[in-house]
Amino acid sequence: MAKITYDGIEIEVPDGTTIMNAARQLDGKLAPPAMCYYTPLKGSGGKCRACLVRVAAGSAKDPRPMPKLVASCITPVQDGMVVENNSSPQVLEVRKGIVEMLLINHPLDCPVCDQAGECSLQDFAFEHGLSTTRYEEERRTFDKVDIGPLIQLHMTRCILCYRCVYTADQLTDGRVHGVLGRGDASEIGTYIENIIDNDFSGNVIDVCPVGALTDKTWRFKQRVWFTKPVNAHRDCETDQCAGRVTLWYKGPEVLRVTGRKDENGEVKEWICNTCRFDKKETTDWTIEGPAPVDRSSVVSANHYELPVLNQQVIADMPASTVRELAQNPPLKLGGLNG
Amino acid sequence: MQALSTRAKVLEKKPMTLAERAYLPAIFQGLSITMRHFFMKKATIRYPEETRPFSPVFRGLHVLKRDEQGRERCTACGLCAVACPAEAITMVAGERKKGEQNLYREEKYAISYEINMLRCIFCGLCEEACPKAAIYLQADKIAPPRYERDEFIYGKDRLVEAVAPETRSKRGIQLTPEQAAKLKTQLA
Repeated sequence: MAKITYDGIEIEVPDGTTIMNAARQLDGKLAPPAMCYYTPLKGSGGKCRACLVRVAAGSAKDPRPMPKLVASCITPVQDGMVVENNSSPQVLEVRKGIVEMLLINHPLDCPVCDQAGECSLQDFAFEHGLSTTRYEEERRTFDKVDIGPLIQLHMTRCILCYRCVYTADQLTDGRVHGVLGRGDASEIGTYIENIIDNDFSGNVIDVCPVGALTDKTWRFKQRVWFTKPVNAHRDCETDQCAGRVTLWYKGPEVLRVTGRKDENGEVKEWICNTCRFDKKETTDWTIEGPAPVDRSSVVSANHYELPVLNQQVIADMPASTVRELAQNPPLKLGGLNG
Repeated sequence: MQALSTRAKVLEKKPMTLAERAYLPAIFQGLSITMRHFFMKKATIRYPEETRPFSPVFRGLHVLKRDEQGRERCTACGLCAVACPAEAITMVAGERKKGEQNLYREEKYAISYEINMLRCIFCGLCEEACPKAAIYLQADKIAPPRYERDEFIYGKDRLVEAVAPETRSKRGIQLTPEQAAKLKTQLA
């Protein structure tokens, strides 16, 4: 076990845990942002530099600070380590630079992009970036490549996090897409325009932090914040498919099916393409209830049917009401009970 | 009875004087006030023949702007609808097809765009939310009264401004004289 201090909070975690995962054990909201790291994918992380943190003391044996900021998603903890995330002005300053770098070639077509509203890059830039740009040169452009009838590739939006490549590598037996070219010219492609037709290829949509890979069956149908996420499951015939998904409703219609994301925005259980693209009727699914949506998320905007009561504000709420609220999933207790 | 405070005024009822009893002087005094108001400046105007000048910051009827080449600016991003406190805006987005590049500015456009003017409170939040400078509340037009409720649901046919430079709304991004001339030759 290693004891570390993260932003002034002490926590004990098993040896070998990364700083990122230690911080996530504390609270997902305190953890550094992650654009390329994805827990279920082996080898992911260390590419986007969004999660850089300052290590003010390396370990109990060698308490010197680390000379440079380190990527928290691939740096294991050491006993006595002191980590500064948001408490360090240097980290916040560097994050502004990282946002700027990630956005250099990003087209900023959020009004058109289907990912807007649930985009990691949008959240990251909103929290840590500047609202201005200094970049005057032309952004990179690509020839449009059609990678099949189910997945839409927008190469201009890609930030080269490699998540989709790892997903295809680890989830399916035959990866047909990868990163081609080097440096500024690198791009995600299927080379001879092979169509991704594996049964689990749809998961690349979920892992993509930006709008580079989106669901073609959902293309331009509705903005994310006008739909209502509902958790559901079904018995899927495919062996590896978990069958536990989030359905995105607009009125009575299921517009989109995605994997179920946890509090860190990661899909832990993969779903097959049949569940994702073909089962778009309510009768196909067993509804579990509304999916939890963060109050700060735009997805919860104008959804008045999901009241969040703040217990701290209502001081003398009767115990029976508290019990009732806890039992009814749509009525969620905020504040103390989280 | 003893007065409760010193503020009470004791009125004495005196008999009326001759001028008061004559009645007519008071009538003429009253009529003169009436006659004076005849020639004073009137507080009202003859609406609808006359209209009052609008304030330059007045927020009236919405307009969906076009760009300098006459293409629709709106890309159906839905930010106006989510910003709208009255939930008056609805839209359906669609993908631009090949050959429609001169109609729509972006890859995505609004197939239908409706504002319910009975719901709208003319707060201007849609104008502020728009990332494409597409929707504006005009300073010189109000939603006219109508008989039927469904006539207040304004579709794209009534919201999108005309292509011709001289008929464009005075709100939002304006055409430069060169752009207007170019567009005119294009239209001709």
